[in-house]
Amino acid sequence: MSYILILIGCVFVNNVVLSQFMGICPFLGVSKQMKSSVGMGAAVIFVMICATAITYPVYRLLEHFGIEYLKTVAFILVIAMFVQLVEIVMKKMMPPLYKALGVYLPLITTNCAVLGVTIGNIDNGYNFLQSLTNALGTGLAFTLALLLFSGVRARIENCDFPETFKGVPATLIAASIVSLSFMGFSGII
Amino acid sequence: MAEKNSNLYEFTKGIIKQNPTLVTLLGMCPTLAVTTMAKNGIGMGLATTFVLVCSNFVISLLKNAIPKAVRLPCFIVIIAGFVTLIEFLMKGYIPELYSALGVFLSLITVNCIILGRAEAFASKNKIFPSVLDGLGMGLGFTLSLFTMGSIREILGTGSWFGFKIPFLCDDPMTVFIMPAGGFFVLGCLIALVNKIANKKPPKEISCSGCPNAALCKGQCRTESEEA
Repeated sequence: MSYILILIGCVFVNNVVLSQFMGICPFLGVSKQMKSSVGMGAAVIFVMICATAITYPVYRLLEHFGIEYLKTVAFILVIAMFVQLVEIVMKKMMPPLYKALGVYLPLITTNCAVLGVTIGNIDNGYNFLQSLTNALGTGLAFTLALLLFSGVRARIENCDFPETFKGVPATLIAASIVSLSFMGFSGII
Repeated sequence: MAEKNSNLYEFTKGIIKQNPTLVTLLGMCPTLAVTTMAKNGIGMGLATTFVLVCSNFVISLLKNAIPKAVRLPCFIVIIAGFVTLIEFLMKGYIPELYSALGVFLSLITVNCIILGRAEAFASKNKIFPSVLDGLGMGLGFTLSLFTMGSIREILGTGSWFGFKIPFLCDDPMTVFIMPAGGFFVLGCLIALVNKIANKKPPKEISCSGCPNAALCKGQCRTESEEA
């Protein structure tokens, strides 16, 4: 039951983009088209789950030696290495998948949502399976936010805003309204 | 004048002219997340400034020693080291701010302002200008975080740095300290800056500050345009 709660909590109540403000850059940068939103979202889900699966044992190792404070350094290195590795392997073994996700992979290294999830798992004291669920939920939440917002943005492009609000300001204010609608989920857990 | 006082220019450009959050639109995540109070905004800004100055200093020292192919991982490790340092300092001396900033303190590591400055400036320039550049950019970041934090705190809770403001504190608009208010205030601030600077707002977030630009070479943009 707690796994379902974590999942729902991640996707709706504490949406990673709209209420925790992680991964704003890709949210604003890549959400222009529905197709690229899905690609970016899929890549993020994949990397988040794998990064969690790797960083969890790494943290236990650090704990064993009593150097937990090095977790930021260790995690970011592991994630950066992993992303590069996946890119190389994918290019060789699965060209169609690389074609779909490849462009987004390097962008994910410095996506704060990935590092945020792995650190959050540790801070919340989740066990291994709960961490994986949290990673899946956060990835899904990111994808949902990107998908919903790409629909909103398609409409914004054609609207007649005041000149100073065109572009990024209008996008941010639209994001504020989308975020407002997600506030309706607060309290369901 | 920029020619004559080039050091002064490196320092001042980050504060207003190339303000990282409001003009070049970098480091949006902490800008939105921690600015529910002016105090948190300043704390986050100063922590980032510290990391930015130190990492710019070290990267500028090591710019000839770091091989070009692995420079990004090297930069990230240097930055993460300083982030760990500031985490320790904050936990020891200002624990209430440490718990208020939470995970975003660790996330300074992946703040695109720091990697962006390392890539665009510190790895190409001498030590002194790099430090000044880091200081200017950091103060610019602090200034915009402080402005955002003040607006949100005054409208959202009716107080400023804990001092109650008459009339406003009777009926505060709580939505401003909620996530939705963050997006709204930032959008309005960027529009205001555009109005004052009298220029067209950027259509989208540019590649110039993106640390991954070297890897993706703008492919992310062209890909989404082709689609």
